[in-house]
Amino acid sequence: MITFIVRRLFGAVLMLLVVSMVTFAVFFLVPRIAGQTTDQLATQYVGRNPNPTEVHAMEVKLGLDQPIYVQYGRFLKNIVAGEDFDTGTGIVHCPPPCFGYSFKNQQEVWPQMLSALPVTGSLALGAAVIWLISGVGIGVLSALRRGTVFDRAAMSVALAGVSLPIFFTALLSLAIFRDSIPLFPDAGNYISITVDPGKWAEALVLPWVTLAFLYAALYARLTRAGMLETMNEDFIRTARAKGLSERKVVVKHGLRATLTPIITIFGLDLGLLVGGAVLTESAFSLPGLGRFAVNAINNQDLPEILGVTMLAGFFVVAANLIVDVLYAVVDPRVRF
Amino acid sequence: MTTADDWSRGQDGFVDVRPRPGEPEFYDSAPKPSDSFLELRDLRVHFPTDDGIVKSADGLSFTLERGRTLGIVGESGSGKSVTSLAIMGLHKNTRAKITGEIWLDGEELVAAGIDQVRALRGKKMAMIFQDPLSAMHPYYTVGAQIIEAYRIHNKVSKAVARKHAIEMLDRVGIPQPASRVDDYPHQFSGGMRQRAMIAMALSCDPELLIADEPTTALDVTVQAQILDLIRDLQQEFNSAVIIITHDLGVVAELADNIMVMYAGRTAEYGPTDDIFRRPQHPYTWGLLGSMPRLDRERADRLLPILGTPPSLINVPSGCAFHPRCGYASLTGGRSTDEVPVLRSVDGEHSVACHLTAEQRLKAWETDIKPKL
Repeated sequence: MITFIVRRLFGAVLMLLVVSMVTFAVFFLVPRIAGQTTDQLATQYVGRNPNPTEVHAMEVKLGLDQPIYVQYGRFLKNIVAGEDFDTGTGIVHCPPPCFGYSFKNQQEVWPQMLSALPVTGSLALGAAVIWLISGVGIGVLSALRRGTVFDRAAMSVALAGVSLPIFFTALLSLAIFRDSIPLFPDAGNYISITVDPGKWAEALVLPWVTLAFLYAALYARLTRAGMLETMNEDFIRTARAKGLSERKVVVKHGLRATLTPIITIFGLDLGLLVGGAVLTESAFSLPGLGRFAVNAINNQDLPEILGVTMLAGFFVVAANLIVDVLYAVVDPRVRF
Repeated sequence: MTTADDWSRGQDGFVDVRPRPGEPEFYDSAPKPSDSFLELRDLRVHFPTDDGIVKSADGLSFTLERGRTLGIVGESGSGKSVTSLAIMGLHKNTRAKITGEIWLDGEELVAAGIDQVRALRGKKMAMIFQDPLSAMHPYYTVGAQIIEAYRIHNKVSKAVARKHAIEMLDRVGIPQPASRVDDYPHQFSGGMRQRAMIAMALSCDPELLIADEPTTALDVTVQAQILDLIRDLQQEFNSAVIIITHDLGVVAELADNIMVMYAGRTAEYGPTDDIFRRPQHPYTWGLLGSMPRLDRERADRLLPILGTPPSLINVPSGCAFHPRCGYASLTGGRSTDEVPVLRSVDGEHSVACHLTAEQRLKAWETDIKPKL
């Protein structure tokens, strides 16, 4: 087990390195291959009327004149060791983990991400609780009452849930519950839970429900399908043959077997979301990682894009690792 | 105060037993309890489907006493397993339509409430399934599953139940039961899993044990051990055993009586000896002819039953076996028109066949017996 975890940890670090290489290559190598000179790359940082000397100075300052592997090496070194940046008005020390300095808005990348993370975290975790409970619950009930009105209604709603895009449901929920019936007038005005838990929840209820609606629909369908399959298994018949009550047959034997693949998917979904719920955050103007990423891309702010990509990659890889370890815990047939 | 029962009482308080309009003349409000330990009376298990009604069991009757073993034999789809699941009450009443009577130790089970039957399951009647790997939950240890079975019917602590589980594993011949109790099913071999399954089924000392193809998924060498085990345990517990199989060798080994099923009905029923020595039904002949034997030359071909098992939705008219029966022409058309009833040949031995006793004897002596 320990060797497995160590091996997977090693693999995870390797995976993150590959992610960083690919991302770095996309933003620093591809423009050069496409014919852009380092001068042109540096120009955008100089100001409105760039003259060649300024451009060249900026090129040197950003290290754009150096070979690409040297630049990549410096990017990695900064994450581990930190770096001092000359902003022109003074020296900014960027402690590790240093994901670079954005010369576009004159800020370090890491603290920006750090302040965006709790927003995305609150959104993703809150939604996860809602969708897991409602999705799995509805899925189980649907499977047990297959073909009934409840099943048909639930599956129709679920079909709507997976089909309707978030930006549609989000705007709809805002139009109804913030504007027409002002139940949540402050929806989207994120306030840290440490400041005011009530306001925090009030701002997040609509985003939670909107995001959870999509995932709950997915999970209800998954759970229903899994449950239908499991309840036809021989071991369910055995459990009944023992004289077990139907409730115990369903929960202890049926659900237990159905939940294993769902936990796997849940881990990956959550990992992906914590890296940025782009659509939900944009629709509700939540200052989370997703919106940070969108802004970075709009501004072509390379250090920010690199940083947020690495962070999202980290969460996905970490979620994968946790799921793999968890799998061995829930399914005794998996041993390392 | 009036109760639901009052409708049958006359003005003077006497029970009015006259049939009501639309009610059959022979209606008997309280069926007579059975004197046998287990008795099936005209059991029918029908599954309504979009294509029609699947008649998996269609009028079965038999009795079984404590300490005796009944073998139910037949091809796949002849209704063997459906019958055993009906006795255990394991059919979903939304999917299966069950009529008739099942009497177990004085209790009628078909009309009984779900909870009443559940209380009997595992305690009074238990079942061993065909494939022990899929029949055990992969996520729980063997011990946990036996403990669970025991604690449903015995209010004891986990520690006591665990001791009992280890005892049971020891009883069915699992080595080092004290450590193997914490193993998962996939860590057991096929034979050990079936032993564990038997330990689980026997954990509450059931009086009726149903074994549904208990050795089909096992190696031949292990088969014999499992059959021995079932026989030993039966003698120890004096339980009634129903063994369901398509393997005549298995029933020859274990059963006191054999019921041969075809298309949801009894084709032939009788003591094991009679079934093997003087089989009466052409289908039984076919089963015996399909049995490989070690004491014969390999050049001798097996005698398979021609054709395929019938659809249980459109069961052939008359005798369900007639399309595959080599002697159907001898009945003068009765085999296609008339459903044969089970008639006694000799004491308990009975057969559902239109052929006359002479015709059957002649066919058996001249056509079948010399080739077996």
